[in-house]
Amino acid sequence: MTSSPFGRSPLTGTVDVVVVGAGHAGLAMSHRLSRLAIEHVVLERGEIANSWRHERWNSLRLLTPNWQSRLPDCSYEGADPDGFMTMPEVIGFITAYAKRIAAPVRTGVTVTSVVASDDGYRVETNRGAWRCRAVVVASGAHGLPNLPAFAAAVPDSLNTLTAKDYRHPGQLDDRGVLVVGASATGLQLADEIARSGRPVTLCVGEHIRMLRTYRGLDVQRWLDVLGILDERYDAVDDIVRVRRVPSPQLIGSPDRATLDLNALTERGVTLVGRLVGIYDGEAQFSGSLRNHCAMADLKLRRLLDSIDSWVVEYGTQSAAPLEGVWPTQSAEQIVPTRLAAQPALTLDLTDGRIGTIIWATGFHPDFRWLHLPVFDRKGRLRHDGGIVDAPGLYVLGLNFMRRRKSSFIHGAEDDVRELGEHLAAFLRIGVERPARRAAG
Amino acid sequence: MSATATKVKVNNGVNVEALLGARQALTDVPEAAQFKWRATCQWVNGTHSRSTVQSFFGLGAEQSHKTEFSYEADHPEVFAAEDKGATPVEYVLVGLASCLTAGIAAVAQNRSIQLRSVKATLEGGMDLQGILGIDSDVRNGFDGIKIVFEIDADASREDIAALVAQSQKRSAVFDIVTNPTNVAVEIR
Repeated sequence: MTSSPFGRSPLTGTVDVVVVGAGHAGLAMSHRLSRLAIEHVVLERGEIANSWRHERWNSLRLLTPNWQSRLPDCSYEGADPDGFMTMPEVIGFITAYAKRIAAPVRTGVTVTSVVASDDGYRVETNRGAWRCRAVVVASGAHGLPNLPAFAAAVPDSLNTLTAKDYRHPGQLDDRGVLVVGASATGLQLADEIARSGRPVTLCVGEHIRMLRTYRGLDVQRWLDVLGILDERYDAVDDIVRVRRVPSPQLIGSPDRATLDLNALTERGVTLVGRLVGIYDGEAQFSGSLRNHCAMADLKLRRLLDSIDSWVVEYGTQSAAPLEGVWPTQSAEQIVPTRLAAQPALTLDLTDGRIGTIIWATGFHPDFRWLHLPVFDRKGRLRHDGGIVDAPGLYVLGLNFMRRRKSSFIHGAEDDVRELGEHLAAFLRIGVERPARRAAG
Repeated sequence: MSATATKVKVNNGVNVEALLGARQALTDVPEAAQFKWRATCQWVNGTHSRSTVQSFFGLGAEQSHKTEFSYEADHPEVFAAEDKGATPVEYVLVGLASCLTAGIAAVAQNRSIQLRSVKATLEGGMDLQGILGIDSDVRNGFDGIKIVFEIDADASREDIAALVAQSQKRSAVFDIVTNPTNVAVEIR
């Protein structure tokens, strides 16, 4: 046996399973493992619900209504099932869950390395090492921002922020803001910053247009009723493509407003195409804006059509509450995305009008501490619905990991049940055939 | 019509199985996906030139069209030229139109939509004050391109719109025209 090339610290303990991360997914798995009487520990770099505490902007509310905020053996019990949780409420919800299930969480423990060992894995942390037979990676899908290569060409006179650094408009100077990305995040930030009086330009590439409510119900109710959130990763045509689809343009607000590009145009936001380069201090935008908007309009209409068809087919005999309560547009009232006749193709970043660029270009998980041959040529984790390509290694909470809802809070329940079962079987086989891993 | 048309197989003349096979093969062997497209251009006289294409590189080897294709380019008589061929900017429109049209056929085949006719009409606007150096605020190239498709197919208007949108999303020339490209010019 060769020794590990990575730093070794004194052994803190030996346990069957190490769960990395005490967010909702790691805690849901902890609950599952406890139910299966599997010995485990949950290592958390910061506090419970750490990213919700430290990596979100102040005004953010969940995009899913409270009735969807559920974890295994824990449903929403408050007075407002149709409301949207603020960040303090999310933190309270997850922290209470950790307490309620008595999860064995060690906070302030940062995992620095996971390597294979004779009998499983060795997990190095800033506070000692753990030996275990299985590892569940629940450290989140939003570790590192997706930045284009030309981000380095942003002139020094500008401030740049990622969606993780942004808190509120007051932290920006008074100049204009270029928001890059038209997912839920990009639209919410563009809206909030425009309301603060700063001129906002929004770069729009491929996006998913959505309504907050339709036929009197929240769109999440429809996605739930139609089974769209339960669609499985092994039942879609092109899982690689689907996993890259940006989050739908939604905002969770008490007035259940629909936030789309037309709403931003009315607020004075300037829409431009995808940011495709920065050359000589000038931002260059794609001329494909019209097509990206046409596609998003078509796909929204298709979703509404499928809701209409469902109502025609099952509406009258369904147990689902169909007497809508929220004011909504009808499908006919939904106007195509309005665009200027000639959207700008360039923007001077050096004339002082733009002060800040906010990258709302999404994130990818930070697995740099996973020292195992489990990545494809593009650096993506190789896994089959969360079962990573290494015995006893599992991942949680990634985009469309096992189902469309896998990255949602309520998506954890089904995933941890199935992956917990797989993990339990793996541990049993290991006991019965201890020599099996010798070749590893 | 209706008596015989129980199960018509869609045929737009596109071998989708081969395309999907190539997609899978090139996913597994990304090196083979590296292509080089080439053209050569010979000045004839005045603004008249003759370009040819024949060889290209791809699938890890030199490839060749079945024959050499040749294209005359010139400027029209209103530019005091002899009009021996289309103008270079018209070739850009030709490239864009044929790329999108090919894409429509392929996507339609993949979506089991039978095409009967597809016609694209293109117009690129240009302010000559750019290329003539009259106004430095005016760009040389098109100030916009308008494309109108007339499509007769066994599909709803919405499905046809989705077809056209998808062909833009997957089009090489649409990308070349709408996004910046680094161009390196050397002299030998």
